[in-house]
Amino acid sequence: MPTLEIRDLHVTVDEADGGTKEILRGVDLTIGSGEVHAVMGPNGSGKSTLAYSIAGHPKYTVTGGSITLDGEDVLAMSVDERARAGLFLAMQYPVEVPGVTVSNFLRTAKTAIDGEAPKLRTWVKDVKQAMDDLKMDPTFAERNVNEHFSGGEKKRHEILQMELLKPKFAVLDETDSGLDVDALKIVSEGVNRSLASTGPGVLLITHYTRILRYIKPQFVHVFVDGRVAEQGGPELADSLEETGYDRFLTRA
Amino acid sequence: MTDTVSDTTQELAGPPELEGLGKYRYGWADSDTAGSSARRGLSEEVVRDISAKKSEPGWMLQLRLKALKLFARKPMPNWGSDLTGIDFDNIKYFVRSTEKQATSWDELPADIKNTYDRLGIPEAEKQRLIAGVAAQYESEVVYHQIREDLEEKGVIFVDTDTGLREHEELFKEYFGTVIPVGDNKFASLNTAVWSGGSFIYVPPGVHVDIPLQAYFRINTENMGQFERTLIIADEGSYVHYVEGCTAPIYQSDSLHSAVVEIVVKKNARVRYTTIQNWSNNVYNLVTKRATAAEGATMEWIDGNIGSKVTMKYPAVYLMGEHAKGETLSIAMAGEGQHQDAGAKMVHAAPHTASSIVSKSIARGGGRTSYRGLIQVLEGAHHSASTVRCDALLVDTISRSDTYPYNDIREDDVVMGHEATVSKVSDDQLFYLMSRGMAEDEAMAMIVRGFIEPVARELPMEYALELNRLIELQMEGAVG
Repeated sequence: MPTLEIRDLHVTVDEADGGTKEILRGVDLTIGSGEVHAVMGPNGSGKSTLAYSIAGHPKYTVTGGSITLDGEDVLAMSVDERARAGLFLAMQYPVEVPGVTVSNFLRTAKTAIDGEAPKLRTWVKDVKQAMDDLKMDPTFAERNVNEHFSGGEKKRHEILQMELLKPKFAVLDETDSGLDVDALKIVSEGVNRSLASTGPGVLLITHYTRILRYIKPQFVHVFVDGRVAEQGGPELADSLEETGYDRFLTRA
Repeated sequence: MTDTVSDTTQELAGPPELEGLGKYRYGWADSDTAGSSARRGLSEEVVRDISAKKSEPGWMLQLRLKALKLFARKPMPNWGSDLTGIDFDNIKYFVRSTEKQATSWDELPADIKNTYDRLGIPEAEKQRLIAGVAAQYESEVVYHQIREDLEEKGVIFVDTDTGLREHEELFKEYFGTVIPVGDNKFASLNTAVWSGGSFIYVPPGVHVDIPLQAYFRINTENMGQFERTLIIADEGSYVHYVEGCTAPIYQSDSLHSAVVEIVVKKNARVRYTTIQNWSNNVYNLVTKRATAAEGATMEWIDGNIGSKVTMKYPAVYLMGEHAKGETLSIAMAGEGQHQDAGAKMVHAAPHTASSIVSKSIARGGGRTSYRGLIQVLEGAHHSASTVRCDALLVDTISRSDTYPYNDIREDDVVMGHEATVSKVSDDQLFYLMSRGMAEDEAMAMIVRGFIEPVARELPMEYALELNRLIELQMEGAVG
């Protein structure tokens, strides 16, 4: 079974004044395919840093520890190699790419990930179906990537990519933020469809528990101050619902 | 026409780098630097020889000789790009039977063949790019058909040398009227030694519905260093000319100095598309200008990807009421390249409109400059002009400059100017790479997206070729 393993991960970020700041201070996580892990925690606890570090954003420097995908050293891979190895990051703030249409972008990404161009007929059908499922208007395909997208459209577009690119492991970075209830449901159903069809391992990063009503995690990790402070099953999320993050913060 | 035109030869005051641009006058602009020893390798004998070989009429020889004198007297531009690398002594001014141009596919250097192959240029197109073999394609049925259709409509489309032989009266009337012999040093040079290029005449009311390309021509004289193109679109006609996508042929530092003159008559419309891809040792110093009469429209689509140095500012002189001028410009400069490109719009009549969109990309220490001039002459009431220039820097060692210049002599004019300089952001690259694209592929996608507003105006095959050129340019450009 494919496994994504994070061991004692330390990550720093460069600060504006030229110094560096340690954000992740020894993170351990093991995710098997088909599993849903929720990573929860207060703002500034390092959740997004974890997401970007897995994907390989140049802003973050790994100073210690390891990330392996089926034993392969992920940290030795470039960003695109990681994607082709089966890692996917649904971003919280995906950037605009002016002049590049969604359909061109999706096809290019699919070709890059698979190493060959998708068969035109099935591909067009797949895209149409996936957009339909996410309640996206067909004209969306001809818009420029993320340009003038609403918050909800950006998130749907990220999940659309997840459904079409079929990664082995997907990191969803606050996919629920800024979504109203209807949009949250649509996006969650997209993630669940992926889980049901290709069964990737999912690392669900969130501040709030409400997305967990729609996407059921088997494991919950509470992230505080750059470390996993506590882990457990779905019941841990329920207790967070009641007590919030305060007890972790005061302890830290 | 000349009367109206002389109004435009007013002195322009402006930043020093634009002085020369201001001197691109629509009139005789002899300067007083007599006694200059700028004869170099070019002599009267060479010019007489060229003219004699072509059996030209006497007036053309006289014009060439006059141009030669003006070329010697006119100073080198001291603005724009660094031109000190041009060695006029080392240039061959007549390349009809030269050893410099390859005459068969096999003779081309391996890297150039490789470039053609990677561009996916079809075999027929490859052959066209090589001197001396074009004839075999003239017999091909499809081109024959196109030529017959054109002839039936009265469209003249031949190389310029043939044009002069067969339509001397049109040449007497128009040749050198849009770009006078002494317009600038390089226009003078071209006038002295020109050879090849296209001559097009479209009769009144005729719409040519396919883009005209050089390989539809009869008696193809291949493109050379000093091409001369003359296009006359008679009243109410339409033509789209696509300049052969220039490919690297020359093997040593070289000068390409073309002149393109276009006369767009009342209510006619001309579109002229170029994507130049000269090899990176070519100085590409080209003068392109059109006059647009009442209700006429002139559109330049100008792509500059190759060359060491390009200085090119396609111009439209809006001479009649409601005339329109448009320039879409793409420039891409890599290592060792300077693309100094832009446009010039002269509003010489009321209710004229112009629009310039420029997109430039600099990478690998290359340099792009947008240089543009909007002139609204006295009496050009209710004119409107919009300029938009966007520059994209791919890295931190490249450079982009904008030199916009406006000379407005009327109050009731609508002007818009927008300029942006942006950098490819780490976040954009990261986003695309996190979707599996390699860094150069991601960069190429960003660049293609950046120029998309211009690229979509190109004929399909040229848009595809432009995309491939960008990919080639971006390969190994990063990392």
